[in-house]
Amino acid sequence: MSDGREVSMSIPVAPEMEIVATAQAAALGEYVGLSRDKIDEVKLALVEACINAFEHADCRDEQLHLTFRLGREPQAKGREFLEVEVLDKGKGFDHHRVEAPSLQKTFVSHRKRGWGLQIIKSLMDEVDITSGEWGTRILMRKYK
Amino acid sequence: MSETCKVSSERRGDVAILWTDGYINNQGGEEIAKEAYSRLEQGARALVLNLEKTRIVNSIGISILIEVLEKVMDRKGVLAFCGLTPTIDKTFRIMGLAQYAEIYPTQEDALRGVEAKTA
Repeated sequence: MSDGREVSMSIPVAPEMEIVATAQAAALGEYVGLSRDKIDEVKLALVEACINAFEHADCRDEQLHLTFRLGREPQAKGREFLEVEVLDKGKGFDHHRVEAPSLQKTFVSHRKRGWGLQIIKSLMDEVDITSGEWGTRILMRKYK
Repeated sequence: MSETCKVSSERRGDVAILWTDGYINNQGGEEIAKEAYSRLEQGARALVLNLEKTRIVNSIGISILIEVLEKVMDRKGVLAFCGLTPTIDKTFRIMGLAQYAEIYPTQEDALRGVEAKTA
């Protein structure tokens, strides 16, 4: 459950803007006491969510809308967490139809890409993706 | 603002060591590939990529590193990484890169490892 501590920002769809977003994630990760390695994992997952939207979403407003939330699990002694929401107002996609990548397939293909979602899911503790004609929302959580 | 990766390299016998400094995205990946291909053309049989000054490699950068790996494998050479942060190490292993490229903690370990493989 988020406890109301949140920071919102929008970044333009432009090269290297994902790095601006990671600076915010790092600052909040340090604030909540995440280890440096966990902060690095959040930063890379956020980079992947941003560049995925930059490349594929075709955002109507040319912006990505980011919300960083600090919270704690509701049960007694629940863990603190940093949650990152990446929202684009793009064309959406069906993430269930995204084929799982493998290096063997990558070797024989001219297309070497397609690892973003796999990396996000592997690095974050919880990931929820919702998408439709309104756009796509990726919600990612990392526990302390 | 630019986080673009700087790449430098040095030849030591059959091995070329490449050092990166900064964010490896498409531009950083292309810089690494340019340097790596140049060293391979000059006759290097093994490449050691020291990433100790890099904290983020995005999936576009990794896709270019996979192309470098393919070129090295085509030449029956060896590609080794060292100085990886735990997150980069984890990402490379998630992708299965460790099956085809060597991963060592330090540059000294990497040099010993690739020299043994290319001897």
